[in-house]
Amino acid sequence: MHNVNRIALIGGIYSNYHALVATLADISCRGADATFFLGDLGAFGPHPDRVPALLIERGIGGIQGNYEESLASGSADCNCGYTDPRDNEYAQISYDYTSENTSGVYKRWMGTLPKEIRLEINGHRVLLSHGSPRRINEFLWRSTSPDPFLHRLGDEHGADVIVCTHTGLHWHKALGGKRHVVNAGVIGRPANDGRTNVWYTMLTIGAEASVEFIPVDYDHAALAAEMRAERLPEEFIQTIESGWWTTCLEALPPKERSAGRF
Amino acid sequence: MMSLDTLWFQVAGTICNITCTHCFISCSPKNHSHEMLSLADVEIRLAEARELGVREYYFTGGEPFLNRDMIPILAATLRQGPATVLTNGMLLRREICRQLRELADGSEYSLDIRVSLDGFDAATHDAIRGAGVWERVMIGLRNLAEEGINPSITVTEAAEGIASSDGRARFLELIRSFGFDRPRLKVLPLFRIGAEASRTRAYADWERIETLSDADAGVLQCSTCRMVTSKGVYVCPILIDADDARMGNSIAETLRPFPLAHGACHTCWVTGMSCTT
Repeated sequence: MHNVNRIALIGGIYSNYHALVATLADISCRGADATFFLGDLGAFGPHPDRVPALLIERGIGGIQGNYEESLASGSADCNCGYTDPRDNEYAQISYDYTSENTSGVYKRWMGTLPKEIRLEINGHRVLLSHGSPRRINEFLWRSTSPDPFLHRLGDEHGADVIVCTHTGLHWHKALGGKRHVVNAGVIGRPANDGRTNVWYTMLTIGAEASVEFIPVDYDHAALAAEMRAERLPEEFIQTIESGWWTTCLEALPPKERSAGRF
Repeated sequence: MMSLDTLWFQVAGTICNITCTHCFISCSPKNHSHEMLSLADVEIRLAEARELGVREYYFTGGEPFLNRDMIPILAATLRQGPATVLTNGMLLRREICRQLRELADGSEYSLDIRVSLDGFDAATHDAIRGAGVWERVMIGLRNLAEEGINPSITVTEAAEGIASSDGRARFLELIRSFGFDRPRLKVLPLFRIGAEASRTRAYADWERIETLSDADAGVLQCSTCRMVTSKGVYVCPILIDADDARMGNSIAETLRPFPLAHGACHTCWVTGMSCTT
């Protein structure tokens, strides 16, 4: 891409259009040459049509997550990649609500989105993926993604800078030379840290790449009220209000799990 | 072989302080068919794994904490990636748990402990694992809890009713009663080899995979794991008593598909199980 060296990256949105509005305003304020979403537009939140409507209206491009892949193909579940029945129980509630309330036109649009985006920025090969470059629902947690493994992913997929989301927790590793791996986090729910804000990522690439994680405050009370009106599970709402994850916790590795309240 | 993500170490060989009646590799105090691995043995394979970009490391036996090098082995591993130890929980003394806590806190990678139970109470557990074992495991679990380590509890289907959702719910409550407010549970199928073949029955001839597409074979754990023992590198953690499952001396020699000819392969396929957490 020409004349682009600063891109805003929006991880899982989870139907949190209040956070999306606030994030886009923040990006406008700071200035970015391009903005991309990384998939999982729907999940825990209410009124799943509002996020795709807003992204299309603003002309923002991005990639499929497992949610878009499942919704577009008419799959019976989200293919989130959980293995514990407790995680899957809540994932199913979330997916069923999202599927029932997403219009066919948006489901078809989701199916047209690419699974990955490759950019060439100032000599850096940047790869935008959802879970990982090799699997849409792979969890790249910081504490279970050692450097040699990340180098392998970069080598096998021809990428200097790998960007992903899916886990919900943002992190960045500079692995030497041009190689970076960035989990952009999510704006759909807080980062399991007891704070209500969400996070997006600004990636700047000049001679070298740098990564900034940006906290975004938004009207989480309004989101919580709408979730209650839609009779979504109280556990999902508690996360929005408290900043602590209450569901889909069994997938977390010990280090990430012990940092949360539940 | 699609991708080597998980490297297992048979770190205690087949040497164990108990003799479980369902053990698929018949571990016991006297079974030396695979010997313990030394720190040096492990370090050689860690170096190879680093070059191959392995993602995670698992340690099993036998009983890993019988290995006197276990703490240094974990320290070396956690400098390189995340580690999980599978234990019967009997040797989790206060000092060991304190050292595990220190290792976990000192690494950027996760350290996970998995403790095996085989029933909802002492009577059913000890019927498989031996008299007095439950009581010793309870002490080990208490020591882990005091160090703030939340283990994953692994239960085989030898525990009656565990496979049902009601059974799982009851077991989660049981784990909670041990002092873990975030109970973790993994249920494993039984493999009809080793001691288990005598306890119940061996595999029948029909219990084999007939044909499997490459994509389907790709979901089996043997497409992403290998097992290091004192005798070489094997296809997976289950088949270390099968001569044909020894695939090479080094990890690099084993990165090829394995013929899915064993009854255990059938169990992996029909249950969708993985030995990883």
